[in-house]
Amino acid sequence: MNQPTDFLYIAIILISIGIYGLVVKRNALRLIFSIELIANAVNLVLIAFSRMLPSPQGQVFVLFSIAISAAEVAVGLGIIIIAYRFYKDIDITEYKNLKN
Amino acid sequence: MVDSVFVGLSVLTIGSAILSLESRELLYGGIALAVSMLGIAGYFIILDAPFVAMFQIAVYVGAVAVLIIFTVMLVRAPNTVTKKETRKRKIAGILLGLAFLVLAGSILGNSAATQLKFNDTVPIFDVQAIGKELLTYYSPVLLVLALTLAAAVIGALALARREDIEERNEPTN
Repeated sequence: MNQPTDFLYIAIILISIGIYGLVVKRNALRLIFSIELIANAVNLVLIAFSRMLPSPQGQVFVLFSIAISAAEVAVGLGIIIIAYRFYKDIDITEYKNLKN
Repeated sequence: MVDSVFVGLSVLTIGSAILSLESRELLYGGIALAVSMLGIAGYFIILDAPFVAMFQIAVYVGAVAVLIIFTVMLVRAPNTVTKKETRKRKIAGILLGLAFLVLAGSILGNSAATQLKFNDTVPIFDVQAIGKELLTYYSPVLLVLALTLAAAVIGALALARREDIEERNEPTN
């Protein structure tokens, strides 16, 4: 039988991959991939503790979290599409004019 | 001891998570991200949360992954591997990720959380318990969340609208 720490280690590995992607990648879509990986790792931790306690409220929180990250992805992809229309590129180092 | 299903799911999830960031083609990266989400849904099924697993599959694999793949096709990035990812940045990223991994892993390994055990005797929560929580105590949160989702979708639509096409069509009607 698995222990709760096994799932926590998996979540830590996923968060590390997400941090690596956020630091290294300059492609706007890859940044969204990294954010999604981190959000999923957090959901995994919540479900693992909800199974351990046991309490159904962890599952309710995960439902809310999934809905919020779906909204975040919708807005993020909309912003990427506009930025692509302005700059003809999705590389975030090209978005220098956003500073002004 | 860990069982084989857990090891298989771990390999699937972490492997496709790495592939989603490192694949040369952005479209394959999106598909690998969807596979990684499926692996997370498999963990939810192991952890006796089948309703959340179905929700995860419906929202992430069904909506988010398809949205991402559509965006990848729409933007047609000319160079998916940019020259901006210099070697220095890559080394810094790997070091940061490894630092977090070692730090959080050692904290977790030395904490009292290693003595936590899953309780096998308790009944599994069914959809009824989740539904009761959602509609009684968390009902204001549910309403606010519905408004947030609607606002996000309307905002995305308003952001992605093209005004030049509308101006061209205006004289005709």
